Amino acid sequence: MSEYSITIGTLIAIQAIVACGLNVIVGYAGQISLGHAAFFGIGAYASALLTTAGGLSFWTALPVVLGITGLVGLFLGLPSLRLREDFLAITTIGINFIVVSVFQYVPFFGGALGIGGIPRIVLFGERIRGVSFLLLSAGFLAATLAICWLFTRSWSGLACFALREDETAASSMGVSPVRFKLTAFILGTAMAGLGGALYAHFMRFISATDFGFPMSVMILSMVVLGGMGTLWGPVLGALVLGILPEVFRPLTDYRMFLYAALLLMMIRFQPGGLLGENSLARQTFSRLKGGKP
Amino acid sequence: MDEPLLSLREISMHFGGLKALDRVSFDLHEGEILGLIGPNGAGKTTCFNTVSGVYRPTSGEIRFRGKRTDGLPPHRMAALGIGRTFQIVRPFPNLTVLENVIVASGLSCYGRLIPSCRSWKGRKTREEALEILARVGLEIQAGQKAGLLPLGNLRRLELARALALKPHLLLLDESFSGLRHEEIAQQEELVRKTRESGISILLIEHNMRVAMGLCDRLVVLDHGRKLAEGKPEAIRNNPEVIRAYLGKGGSANAS
Repeated sequence: MSEYSITIGTLIAIQAIVACGLNVIVGYAGQISLGHAAFFGIGAYASALLTTAGGLSFWTALPVVLGITGLVGLFLGLPSLRLREDFLAITTIGINFIVVSVFQYVPFFGGALGIGGIPRIVLFGERIRGVSFLLLSAGFLAATLAICWLFTRSWSGLACFALREDETAASSMGVSPVRFKLTAFILGTAMAGLGGALYAHFMRFISATDFGFPMSVMILSMVVLGGMGTLWGPVLGALVLGILPEVFRPLTDYRMFLYAALLLMMIRFQPGGLLGENSLARQTFSRLKGGKP
Repeated sequence: MDEPLLSLREISMHFGGLKALDRVSFDLHEGEILGLIGPNGAGKTTCFNTVSGVYRPTSGEIRFRGKRTDGLPPHRMAALGIGRTFQIVRPFPNLTVLENVIVASGLSCYGRLIPSCRSWKGRKTREEALEILARVGLEIQAGQKAGLLPLGNLRRLELARALALKPHLLLLDESFSGLRHEEIAQQEELVRKTRESGISILLIEHNMRVAMGLCDRLVVLDHGRKLAEGKPEAIRNNPEVIRAYLGKGGSANAS
């Protein structure tokens, strides 16, 4: 594999982890968030600072990073208890902008220069790079997917589904909206934090602009494209949106145009996402299995 | 039988200047079917919402099984043993009928402080939920998405979900509206059976024939106040009730 395709592959795996996190919040618990890149960034900055200024290794820093992003996620999840739908969307956009400007203007976070010289991850005495970093990211992605799968099977997951479907009915059935919305926020943001930590040690240089609002929209597009609330949807979404810009690269000027057109076609013809309810992929799959489409 | 299962004392609920409920008091005894009736806008649903925890009453006291419950949030009321249905049905449309019931049967499984990690896909959970579905006659639809069911089945699903909570008290908000004649008869039968299984019932009903036939006692609300309380026959002949429904000058032939 060329260095180029390894880099693309690693970034896709990292973004898939972040998209899985957003899927927990948006797809499972039904709370819209347009500021998920903020938590991606918080994870990246936390890991970068802990390993450069803090002198910790990636592995000792990781639990702290997950704790920090989860905790911030808890606080920023609080608005979701009072706000619904479009108001929550706007609030989360605001949160994204605030986090980015804090990174950009507070000298502690490196200001506009960002943070450089982030050490490589060391595993079994080896410095992880190239293919091994791709494998490490894929391993973390597998772990994330396993947690998502377990979550959908747990009572907490079911409680989140019920809240997504109808909050009033769910609460009259003993589901505490406060508790389970916050659970989804903590879990989802911690996953973004994990993605952020990997990103920081892969790029080894980060700056605030990497985690702006466009990145949030990109992550949300991955989730929507792949299929909200499905297990594999975010991974497929990250794959498609990661590869397409590269495939269209020879078209230079028309690249973004084609990309946008494809997204619009998706929304028109597969509104539930590639793996969503009644999608072509799902119908074909059930036909192959011999069941009714 | 000395202490009522549910008692409302001087409950008032004000929305700005509107007195939706004005010092309403009544008791519901164990094993009873109590009907809440009254013209549109009388405060019946508001009354339900204060009992089920959706609203915190402006003043007054609600006791359920001897414990003060006014102001507790809905999920706490569910945990105490109050199940409810909604006037406008609220299924979880993208979950299957079975999953809809399992959500309610998970009451004790959600974990007290730390959200539960245990699986809800166990066989026992499934069988219990299927049993409840069989009780309301929805076992064939168990695998269907709830959003695809017609209204009659949705009303039964609401009942099944409320039953899955294993409640002491069931609040039925117009569980008969929009149903066909034969569906009403089935639903009546279901409500009777539910009472026989030891669950007390408070219901709101517009269909007078159903309310009179089903309830042991009726409480009549009008403009947020309690107008009358008593056995169906007494209510039927109460001149004040007749006036509330038919207006002044409404004549003797009201029933």
